[in-house]
Amino acid sequence: MDAKTVVISVSIIAAAFAMAIGGYGPARALGKALTEALDAIARQPEASDRIMRALFVGMALIESIAIYAFVIALIILFANPLIGYILK
Amino acid sequence: MKIFNVFPETIFSIGPVHITDTVITTWLVMIAIITISYFATRKLSVKPSFFQEIIEAVFEAIEVTIKDILPVEPWLVIPVLGTLWILIGFSNLAGLIPGLKTPTADLNTTFAFALISFSMTHVIGIATQGLKGYLMHYKEPTWLLLPFHLIAEVTRTIALAVRLFGNMLSGDMITIILLGIVGLLVPVPFSLLHIIIALIQAYIFGVLTLVFIAGGIRTKS
Repeated sequence: MDAKTVVISVSIIAAAFAMAIGGYGPARALGKALTEALDAIARQPEASDRIMRALFVGMALIESIAIYAFVIALIILFANPLIGYILK
Repeated sequence: MKIFNVFPETIFSIGPVHITDTVITTWLVMIAIITISYFATRKLSVKPSFFQEIIEAVFEAIEVTIKDILPVEPWLVIPVLGTLWILIGFSNLAGLIPGLKTPTADLNTTFAFALISFSMTHVIGIATQGLKGYLMHYKEPTWLLLPFHLIAEVTRTIALAVRLFGNMLSGDMITIILLGIVGLLVPVPFSLLHIIIALIQAYIFGVLTLVFIAGGIRTKS
């Protein structure tokens, strides 16, 4: 295998792992956040508006971690800086 | 078969400025919003028509949300933030129309929105409590946390831009990849999910901006 093949194949595996691991953690966290929020609403239905708002904002913050992993995977796949370095 | 491209393409250039198709879509969205607002405010009456009622409901939802979170006079931010909210919502949904590209699936667009949000935080903070009072909130709770405050100013702006960009781009990519490997109607459920995500992301962008603005205002309690 020449250097280019190695870089490309490693990039694909790295992108897959970035999405797999980067999706696993936030998925756990989202599930936990949702369970806790539903728990709180079941206990105090009158506070559901404020809980839902906090839940949305918190979920967005958690989800953005998965989005960072996705953006990194995109950079690895479509705008890989190392391939240009190899070809030079 | 034409390969659909989710990334922005340059249509034409004016000097060093490249006009991509996302910019043109943003212009179309702006025209649509201006037209709707123009016709919505022509025949206003105390006994509202159906159309006026929808517009009023949207406006009231914006006003109530801002009043709930912001500790100061809500009319300071309602004009800018409401416009930003509606523009992001329309831009997120624009990609569902065939032939148009989602403007917010372009990092340049979302970064522009994030910069608006960034400058709003400081402008509102200074407008409500003066320059000195605003700078004072950086030393809370202690001076030792000043570097972290400054880092957070930058990172949260980048996070705001990348979050909207990543969500919209992933929605588009799912549709296009599915369209490539399976039939015509399979991406439809994912497009429906994309509508929900588009609206929620627009809401979250505005709410996070609000939370940042509220964080820059020290309430005298």
